[in-house]
Amino acid sequence: MADSTGKFGVGGLHHLGIPSRRQFFQLGAGAAAAAGWTFSGNALAQTERPSNPPDKPRGQVIAALSQEPTVFHPLMPGIEVDQGVWWQVFSPLWFIDPDGKFVPDLAREVPTVENGGLSADGLTWKIKLRSGVKWHDGTAFTADDVKFSLDLINNPDFRVRNRVGHSLVKDITVVAPDEIHWRMEAPYSPYMSILSLTFIVPKHILEKVSDPNSSPFHNAPVGTGPFRWGERVPGDHILLNAYAGYHGKGPYVERVVFKYIPDLTVLYTQFRTGQVDYTGLQGILPNFVQEAKTLKARKIFVSSTSSVEHIAPNLAFGPFADRTVREALYLAINKQAIIDALNYGLPTQTESFVPQEAWSFQQGLPQHKYDPTKANALLDAAGWVRGSGGMREKGGVKLEFTNSTTSGNAVREQTQQLLIQDWRAIGATMRVNNMPAAVIWGDFWQQSKFNSVIVGVNFMLGSDPDVTPRFGSGAIPAKGGRGYNTYQYQSAEADRLLAEGARQFDLAQRKTTYGDLQKLIRNDLAILPLFQGFIAEGVKEGLHGFRPNINTSTNCWNIREWYWA
Amino acid sequence: MARYVANRLAQAVVLLVIVSAIGFALLHLAPGGPLSQFAASSQMTQEDLDRVTRQLGLDRPLPIQYLDWFGRMLKGDWGKSYRDGETVLSVISSHLGATLELMTTATIIAVLLGCWIGILGALRRYSLFDSLATVGAMIALSIPTFWFGLVTIYVFSVTLGWLPAGNRETVGDGSFLDLLHHLIAPAMVLALVETAMWGRFMRSSMLEVINQDYIRTARAKGLPEWRILTVHALRNALLPMITVAGLQFPTLLGGALVAETVFTWPGMGRLFLDSIGYRDYPVVMGILMFSAIMVLIGSLIADILYAVVDPRIRVG
Repeated sequence: MADSTGKFGVGGLHHLGIPSRRQFFQLGAGAAAAAGWTFSGNALAQTERPSNPPDKPRGQVIAALSQEPTVFHPLMPGIEVDQGVWWQVFSPLWFIDPDGKFVPDLAREVPTVENGGLSADGLTWKIKLRSGVKWHDGTAFTADDVKFSLDLINNPDFRVRNRVGHSLVKDITVVAPDEIHWRMEAPYSPYMSILSLTFIVPKHILEKVSDPNSSPFHNAPVGTGPFRWGERVPGDHILLNAYAGYHGKGPYVERVVFKYIPDLTVLYTQFRTGQVDYTGLQGILPNFVQEAKTLKARKIFVSSTSSVEHIAPNLAFGPFADRTVREALYLAINKQAIIDALNYGLPTQTESFVPQEAWSFQQGLPQHKYDPTKANALLDAAGWVRGSGGMREKGGVKLEFTNSTTSGNAVREQTQQLLIQDWRAIGATMRVNNMPAAVIWGDFWQQSKFNSVIVGVNFMLGSDPDVTPRFGSGAIPAKGGRGYNTYQYQSAEADRLLAEGARQFDLAQRKTTYGDLQKLIRNDLAILPLFQGFIAEGVKEGLHGFRPNINTSTNCWNIREWYWA
Repeated sequence: MARYVANRLAQAVVLLVIVSAIGFALLHLAPGGPLSQFAASSQMTQEDLDRVTRQLGLDRPLPIQYLDWFGRMLKGDWGKSYRDGETVLSVISSHLGATLELMTTATIIAVLLGCWIGILGALRRYSLFDSLATVGAMIALSIPTFWFGLVTIYVFSVTLGWLPAGNRETVGDGSFLDLLHHLIAPAMVLALVETAMWGRFMRSSMLEVINQDYIRTARAKGLPEWRILTVHALRNALLPMITVAGLQFPTLLGGALVAETVFTWPGMGRLFLDSIGYRDYPVVMGILMFSAIMVLIGSLIADILYAVVDPRIRVG
């Protein structure tokens, strides 16, 4: 998900809604900074696969979440914590593993040009489905369910999350119970990744409901996933039971309990006292990580997320329209101080909008250097003259702007204080204008009413680097566009590369295209990247199978593989 | 009496309408909205958000939305939660039990302990006990509930391991003992401020009563001290407590809001916080109306009881 903007983000450390309590009494917080150790997701991932899982499901896992899952229809608007439940109850046609590979799930194989599942022009898709799969109520899963799900997504009366890619699907044909074909209106390679995050819903239940937006199914879903719906105690927990008829490996635990603990300090305390087995979203606060590593019978995993923490400039706002200003501001940021002092050295600095673990990541982008002297020289040369108070201006335009983020997010608020100092040194004035999550991410963000914002965004579509909705000229909401290019970035070259990348199906070609795009975005400084997001999660010793997956929004994507040893 | 009650009920209805209108306006006029949580998501475009906004009817003028909501509420339809699609009444009822459990326990502790401290303080005025009780009450009233909750967890859960660090029950257990075990810490934290308040009120009320002429007369008649206290003093001293009890609901709800967050207690306070955070308008309005009704009922009962015991205050 896009945002680690607090309550709705995937940032791992940023807690929205109920503000982080860092500023309050810190229970046993290890004050020492965990400087200098950063791990990518897979570097620290539990390498052990379920080599010795039990024959029968055994025990339960209590997974703590700082947000409450409330949306159980997997095609409706939801956030990451909801997806954590969807992964257990439902199945996609295929999913993306931690290495970025597509793995068949409800489909027998992932369609490619080589296996005939995909036409060379990318327009015809032929999907062969797994036989013998049953819904939790015993009904057989068939191609009709896939057709129904895709049709439902495009049903104008349905409150669907989005139709990106799906709206291109035409002429869906059920060839056999285990085979389905369709035609795409235009070639669109990211659809492969979109489908990996699209869960299939049961036709036999949902075709009978009068209102697709509200039915008993919405609060007691039936899926094909490894766990069956058990019970929900609103505001407290959700209980899922192992599904004996699951078509894949596992599950190896009898029950999964998603426990809602809104405060991250309390969540960590309950992990510490052993009341929870796993700290899911939003994980362990960075200030607790060092201490958490010393806990007995606990394992701590620090893994990267796809979210990129950055300063989002509104490129249509006065000074930010000048690339020189953006470059000077970027040079003047002491990134290392932000990473080390405020984030305990946990995140990795980045120059790209693509996570470093992704196949499409472009190596060798120009590295940021903290150089206020060069920043000052750039501004001098560009005619930004210092006035009496030391602040710069050019042609009557002052180098003065606001910066906004979610109020209550202590780390970001501290980052702002560092930025104020850094930028004052080059004659730029930054004022803080923070707002609650429900306010800032509304029209203020959507309609580009900000000067600049500190935000964490996952730019990827699953594992796909198509950022047309983020950087495409036609995706600026403030100009009536479709998308979320709130930066108001416009570049003919970027548009060309985006269009090309979406048409290509050859991975090597796509890597080149999106590599060029990353170079362009970095050169234009459409965003000022700070670091790649991370999440620190704790797992009780003896619980095996945990594998962080940067390609999903939640690391509890594979609880079916977890087991107690 | 009937006329008095009818008057008070009419006032209560007018108050509810005013509360609903102001609450609705404030809630909807505040920037942001129920879709903000999805706005930052890479999965929803502005077009998607606009579509869902229309589907939820949030694009209509505010007065129309209010009248629609109010009209449906009069028919018993309080709307559905934007978050999980459940009816507001079922959302409230699913959280109400936990809050009542916590509030009732805290109130029982506070009343018993507070009254005892207050009575003893009044009878032993300016003694060491009275001084300690006064200082203790000041501290209790000054301590932030959130901080005290965290300290309680740290001492009794993390350090001593005596009590669970939160939750209402152990999932899969739910026995009476398990529930009780989980209830101790949050009830203790919530009862702290309440105890201090009850203690102070009781002390003042008792002091006022034991200096009355009829108490002196009772003593002069040679009545035993325990009888003077229980039959003559305590009964009269408890009268003002009726008002205190009637107005405790909002205070308790405020305390519960914090205690429920710290102790991950699935009650109304936390539901209210979450619903505001998500801008779940129907649920927030539902809780607002429910709370207003409870407060009005509480004060109405207090007034009626007062009118029953003291006919002089019956007006109209």
